[in-house]
Amino acid sequence: MGVRTWIESWPVYRQLTGDDPLGRGAAAKSRRSERLDPRVTTADRVVKSVCPYCAVGCAQNVYVQDGKVTQIEGDPDSPVSRGRLCPKGSASLQLTTGPAREHRVLYRRPYGTDWEHLDLDTAMKMIADRVIAARRAGWQWEVGGRRVRRTLGLASLGGATLDNEENYLLKKLFTALGAIQIENQARI
Amino acid sequence: MAECHPVGFQWVMEAKARGAKVIHVDPRFTRTSAMADVHVPLRAGSDIAFLGGIINHVLRNDAYFRDYVVAYTNAPVILREDFRDTEDLDGLFSGFDPGSRAYDNATWQYAGLEVQAAAGQRDQEYDRRTQGGGPEVAEAARGETAGSGGFPIAAGYPPRDPTLQHPRCVFQVLKRHYARYTPEMVERVCGVPQDVFRTVCDLITGNSGRDRTTAFAYAVGWTQHTVGVQYIRAAAILQLLLGNIGRPGGGILALRGHASIQGSTDIPTLFNLLPGYLPMPHAHEHEDLDTYVQAEAARKGFWGDMRAYMVSLLKAYWGDAATAANDYRFDYLPRLTGSHSTYETVMAQLDGVCKGYFLLGENPAVGSADAKMQRLGMANLDWLVVRDFSLIESATWWKDGPEIETGELRTEDIATEVFFLPAAAHTEKDGSFTNTQRMLQWHHAAVEPPGQARSDLWFAYHLGRLVRAALAGSTDEMDRPILDLTWDYPVKGENAEPDAEAVLAEINGRAADGRPLSAYTELSDDGSTSCGCWIYCGVRAEGVNQAARRKPGRDQNWVAPEWGWAWPANRRILYNRASADPDGRPWSERKALVWWDAAQGRWTGHDVPDFVPDRPPGYTPPEGARAADALAGDDPFIMQADGKAWLYVPTGLVDGPLPAHYEPQDSPFTNPLYRQQRNPARHLPSPHPDNRYQPVGSPVYPYVATTYRLTEHHTAGGMSRWQPYLAELQPEFFCEVSPELARERGLEHLGWATIISARNVIEARVLVTERMTPLTVDGRTLHQIGLPYHWGPNGYSTGDAANELLHMALDPNTHIQESKAIACDIRPGRRPRGPQAAALVRSYRRRAGITGATGTEV
Repeated sequence: MGVRTWIESWPVYRQLTGDDPLGRGAAAKSRRSERLDPRVTTADRVVKSVCPYCAVGCAQNVYVQDGKVTQIEGDPDSPVSRGRLCPKGSASLQLTTGPAREHRVLYRRPYGTDWEHLDLDTAMKMIADRVIAARRAGWQWEVGGRRVRRTLGLASLGGATLDNEENYLLKKLFTALGAIQIENQARI
Repeated sequence: MAECHPVGFQWVMEAKARGAKVIHVDPRFTRTSAMADVHVPLRAGSDIAFLGGIINHVLRNDAYFRDYVVAYTNAPVILREDFRDTEDLDGLFSGFDPGSRAYDNATWQYAGLEVQAAAGQRDQEYDRRTQGGGPEVAEAARGETAGSGGFPIAAGYPPRDPTLQHPRCVFQVLKRHYARYTPEMVERVCGVPQDVFRTVCDLITGNSGRDRTTAFAYAVGWTQHTVGVQYIRAAAILQLLLGNIGRPGGGILALRGHASIQGSTDIPTLFNLLPGYLPMPHAHEHEDLDTYVQAEAARKGFWGDMRAYMVSLLKAYWGDAATAANDYRFDYLPRLTGSHSTYETVMAQLDGVCKGYFLLGENPAVGSADAKMQRLGMANLDWLVVRDFSLIESATWWKDGPEIETGELRTEDIATEVFFLPAAAHTEKDGSFTNTQRMLQWHHAAVEPPGQARSDLWFAYHLGRLVRAALAGSTDEMDRPILDLTWDYPVKGENAEPDAEAVLAEINGRAADGRPLSAYTELSDDGSTSCGCWIYCGVRAEGVNQAARRKPGRDQNWVAPEWGWAWPANRRILYNRASADPDGRPWSERKALVWWDAAQGRWTGHDVPDFVPDRPPGYTPPEGARAADALAGDDPFIMQADGKAWLYVPTGLVDGPLPAHYEPQDSPFTNPLYRQQRNPARHLPSPHPDNRYQPVGSPVYPYVATTYRLTEHHTAGGMSRWQPYLAELQPEFFCEVSPELARERGLEHLGWATIISARNVIEARVLVTERMTPLTVDGRTLHQIGLPYHWGPNGYSTGDAANELLHMALDPNTHIQESKAIACDIRPGRRPRGPQAAALVRSYRRRAGITGATGTEV
């Protein structure tokens, strides 16, 4: 390493002589970080998405490599967000790929003291059976002499974090089952 | 806004950089206050007094936009002679029945005319509109605050006085109603000094009129009160008087907190609504589709075509099984008999009526008011299904909830069967979110969900498929609606994931030949069209997913109409006909948005005009015209029964035609404005020992607490307390108190505090900060306590849930709880453990003399 290269590798020198007087960019960059590439450059695909937290609706670019999401960043094309994300939106990589997510169905039997594992198909069949039974148990044809054709046997809460298409199917299904206690965060 | 909608706040900062003044009204000092020109701390629960004071200032000083008010609002309309205001009845309006705690709104109507509401409690008119009798359903529970607007009106025109001088015209009633909301009264009720209040009045009125507009942004700080809807109404009155509605830079902007909370209201998972704000039918004798439409629809404006919207929905639901001969299966819809809101559901769980419960991305064990009641309700279920990312408190309360710790519940005694189903993330599914400005944006699946995680689309579809298969062949009449349901969606991939775009196509609607519809004006009431949500009709116009459009903002004009798709008809500013004067010219060049192009014979402009495209400004509808045909050329509020914006609401609200200040359910103060203390029509669920109310002005609960959110966490924490980055930024629950309150109660910075209400007790780390300001209210000092509500015991960032403290008294229009203003006590140290916790709550109740009747008086 020549003297000149050695001096130029010194951040304070670069800060004093270069165009980064506050030392927040190029002047502060180490040789190691200079050689690093952002992980987004090697992504196989960029998928267009929307932040799942608040209702501003910031646009996201989801970077996928080898079938895995590797990074989520703001999409500068959006006239809403212009590429910005807040701390929550910036943490959505952790939300979607972090170790805190459960990947398996869990089941607690009546009076049970701990979780057990269940196969998804088994769980779905059990839930369908319970929906049919609770619906029947809470069924009302009439209230006060007026036809109501409904059940009070089952209820649902949730939807503000879901897609429109999901809410559409849920409302359609529950309404056809006669369930009316269908609610979401908009009430709360 | 800077805290909870930080990326949206960049536009406030852009406006500020161009000279806009930013006023922040909030009990605490936040990141928004730091950027504001004026921060106004006020007493939580006093906003109607504050806004009423500004309305009074505008009326007294003739600061209203007269041309706009006369032409576009109901200010000139003359009311019935027998209407009585709160001025006459010391805080009540005419028609109140103390026995049923409900209003008969007959006397609120326009003189000689009956109108139907555009949103809200339309069912209150049912009997009058179908039989000519009085209302029988005391609680219609129909309304939703963020509806599509507009309801029907009777034939003819109400009597008007365009000079605004008639003593019974809305304008004069308004003037008398708000006369007592003086700056002195604002100071007394809100704790806002008169000079600060005058500064706010001057800034707002100085920035409104032909050339300038002022916008209001609000969130649940306004809705979560026992008079929440009337908070918004007060802002609506002010903005209409100032001519700030339907114009660029104006409006009242709801900042909604979840990615698709707007969508889940438009396509509601709500008990009182069907898609597109069609009301769920109530139980009436012999009600069929015609009487439903007769009762609910407006005769003028776009709600006049309600039958077409409803028939198209029934066709989307029941397809070929819905025919004219069987009334399109209108009888398949279940009927309401009052409120069936989430808080009534909790009571139904405790009563053993509701036996099964789905939680779909929601965490009521810490996220709903009176969290203990939520958990006790769940402990009484046969089964519970929780679909979420992580093991939230609503999934684990049977194992490690607060009642296990206090000994009130024992795991071995709880019969509830619990299923936890892992949910797919937004990166793992196709679908659309509707953001806070009614804009749908499509997100595309990037990868498959991991393990057994699935989308809720998958869950709903396959649950329906399994139930239908199990009931196949049933001849029981109760099974007809589920068996006749159209439920054939194409699936794809290894997981048999339903095609979200096929569902969007059903929502958008189809013509008889299957062609996608382009606009809701194409919908028909003869069964030839189907449409799953009429206001979303056009989102797949030409068969193209308009919500997936992503033309970069820099390549478009400032309205950016080619990014996503906003309902209705891709309009970005609702009621924008009001941005032009009655003759169709912009009120000013500076604020031009849409205008009448006489040469083309059409409305044109920067945004999609929110009006009949070719209707000239001077148009007068012929006698007998109905629906959209009855709109005159200067009726900009096209969903309203009379085409005008309502300063005064003759129908649609259950708690009064004008906002009046009432104290919160639990308040340390008696109402300085009226003898009527609380909203007389507020909704109180049936009494329960764990939902007790506090006496007015009790020294046992001398402080006011308000709940809120932080930038680094999301709602009840299900999507943020498990993320290490976010947990590190805000690692645990805390309360914010002023140095004065800390001194008064011996609270130490970074120490612990115990906070107690009549419902429960919690502990929090203490943050002593000047961000909280002691106020002088009604002549004495009031300390307020700030409580971010993100926490529960699970995840990386933990703490007690602030919602433990709340009661279940509700706004009677929306059935939303009063999270934002509750009286409580605070003391140093950690809360007691085990049975001592409940004992402490009981000892406070005893000292305050609380019984089951406390706080339930009218």
